Amino acid sequence: MKPFTYERAASPAEAASAAARQPDARFIAGGTNLLDLMKLQIETPAHLIDVNGLGLDKVEPTQDGGLRVGALVRNTDLAADARVRRDYAVLSRALLSGASGQLRNRATTAGNLLQRTRCPYFYDTNMACNKRRPGSGCSALGGYSRQLAVVGGSDACIATHPSDMAVAMRVLDATVETVKPQGATRTIPIADFHRLPGDTPEIETVLERGELITAVTLPKPAGGTHHYRKVRDRASYAFALVSVAAIVQPDGSGRVALGGVAPKPWRSEDAEAEMSRGAKPVMAKLLAGAKPTEENKFKVPLAERALAAVLAEPRG
Amino acid sequence: MATPRENDVKRRTLMAATVATAAVGAVAARAGAQTTPPAASPSSPAGAAAPTLKVSFTVNGKPRDLDLDPRTTLLDALREGLHLGGTKKGCDHGQCGACTVILDGRRINSCLTLAVMHQGGEITTIEGLGTPEKLHPMQAAFVKHDGYQCGYCTPGQICSAVAVLEEIEAGIPSHVTADLNAKPALDDAELRERMSGNICRCGAYSNIVEAIGEVAGRKA
Ligand SMILES: Cc1cc2nc3c(=O)[nH]c(=O)nc-3n(C[C@H](O)[C@H](O)[C@H](O)COP(=O)(O)OP(=O)(O)OC[C@H]3O[C@@H](n4cnc5c(N)ncnc54)[C@H](O)[C@@H]3O)c2cc1C
Ligand code: SF4
Ligand code: FES
Ligand code: FES
Repeated sequence: MKPFTYERAASPAEAASAAARQPDARFIAGGTNLLDLMKLQIETPAHLIDVNGLGLDKVEPTQDGGLRVGALVRNTDLAADARVRRDYAVLSRALLSGASGQLRNRATTAGNLLQRTRCPYFYDTNMACNKRRPGSGCSALGGYSRQLAVVGGSDACIATHPSDMAVAMRVLDATVETVKPQGATRTIPIADFHRLPGDTPEIETVLERGELITAVTLPKPAGGTHHYRKVRDRASYAFALVSVAAIVQPDGSGRVALGGVAPKPWRSEDAEAEMSRGAKPVMAKLLAGAKPTEENKFKVPLAERALAAVLAEPRG
Repeated sequence: MATPRENDVKRRTLMAATVATAAVGAVAARAGAQTTPPAASPSSPAGAAAPTLKVSFTVNGKPRDLDLDPRTTLLDALREGLHLGGTKKGCDHGQCGACTVILDGRRINSCLTLAVMHQGGEITTIEGLGTPEKLHPMQAAFVKHDGYQCGYCTPGQICSAVAVLEEIEAGIPSHVTADLNAKPALDDAELRERMSGNICRCGAYSNIVEAIGEVAGRKA
């Protein structure tokens, strides 16, 4: 690890202004992604701002019948929250399918949304990678791309977003709340939160320098039957090859978002219009424009079959 | 109590002395040169020194005060700073579970957290669960069921297992819990899923599940 200085922030606004003041400052929450990358010198912050003491660790009801999840709520606590289990089961399921018990006990809501890709070349500092070293090229294009994106990528980067939780947040239409260094707050729909790579794969979200996530808000429950189906190389403790988050209503209509196939949770409203007609027409629209590689083209039929399996389950 | 800095100096003095005895002057000089960065954590390459920070937490019931390079992980603080070598370093990247300790009542990977982040924290390591004379029931069950071969993963497995039973007791669901709104079962599928963050290269898994099942009060 490169040397850094460390401070514990006193309030969310102070954390944001401290982050804007110091060059190369980063927030640290659970640390489970940031420290991993710092040990490999993929992340080299000069200053760390510990946001664990900011009291952002509560799950509270909102005015309009939803839930406001503090940025520092641990993945274990969110998955186990009785209201989440009852009304937002897709979120519990997604969280529980990710990482390990030990990691979920530290990993936070904000940190999970901001975790970085698992592209093997991003992790290998000897290889070209536009996301890690802008302009150096992409080793995955024409390289080992089995795990990488089939849709939404660019000529600069085909990395996937590895989060399970984010896919559930997307299907639930969550909103990200933030505070900026000058103290202004804003809300960002999850659909707009992550960016597609284009020619700047190093910029992954719409967050500005120093902007701190304070909460993620869930709208009032959508009802229906909730599913999170994750297909991976091992039964546990592995990232998704493909995952399907779905909410299916008794009449067969519903919502679906995919993980493991794109640089962000992948959902489209016009694909959902096909839900009651089955997995094939949904995937034809959702993955229209897919440009898989020879190594990851299996993800296209895999996603369709995973959704078909979900749609074959009983509806509540 | 010795600070890690003192310990480092002692260890390095010893190292230099050993090399000098072997009369390899050049190597001794290099060993000496390594003492330059103060209290750098063992996994940190030597770089410009960051100022050290004080942190106090409780380990196995004893208050501990440390003065650390901020880069020091909790794992390195326990092993190198406090000489509690029971907690093991496997991957150092959150992938194997060898470094599992119980922090404020919950199991975590001590390799992916900084020691300075735990001011006032309460940490339990394998050394704090039981003693050779009075084993924790989980330790005794691992012995009885041969829940290991080489033993390297075992401290992490045992800390994890103790916490797993508490998580089930607290009603925390897992990936294999069929009904999210019911109390999770105590069957092998639940134990295996919940223990999946602890890798055993010797493959003692089935005996580990038996040991945990026995402590959970199931027929082994
Ligand atoms: C072995 C292993 C297996 C894993 N498997 C899975 C898996 O199967 N599925 C899955 O989804 N994930 C998996 N993960 C990833 C894990 O979910 C993430 O590491 C975790 O969610 C990150 O959260 P954190 O709080 O530890 O983030 P940190 O590491 O603390 O931070 C991550 C990033 O978020 C920023 N940040 C943190 N909080 C804020 C805030 N409030 N505002 C703005 N920025 C902030 C930090 O600056 C940093 O850039 C795995 C991780 C490991 C190590
Ligand atoms: S796919 Fe993206 S992250 Fe992977 S090597 Fe290419 S640029 Fe880097
Ligand atoms: S050493 Fe911490 S998980 Fe492997
Ligand atoms: S007993 Fe050898 S690694 Fe588990």
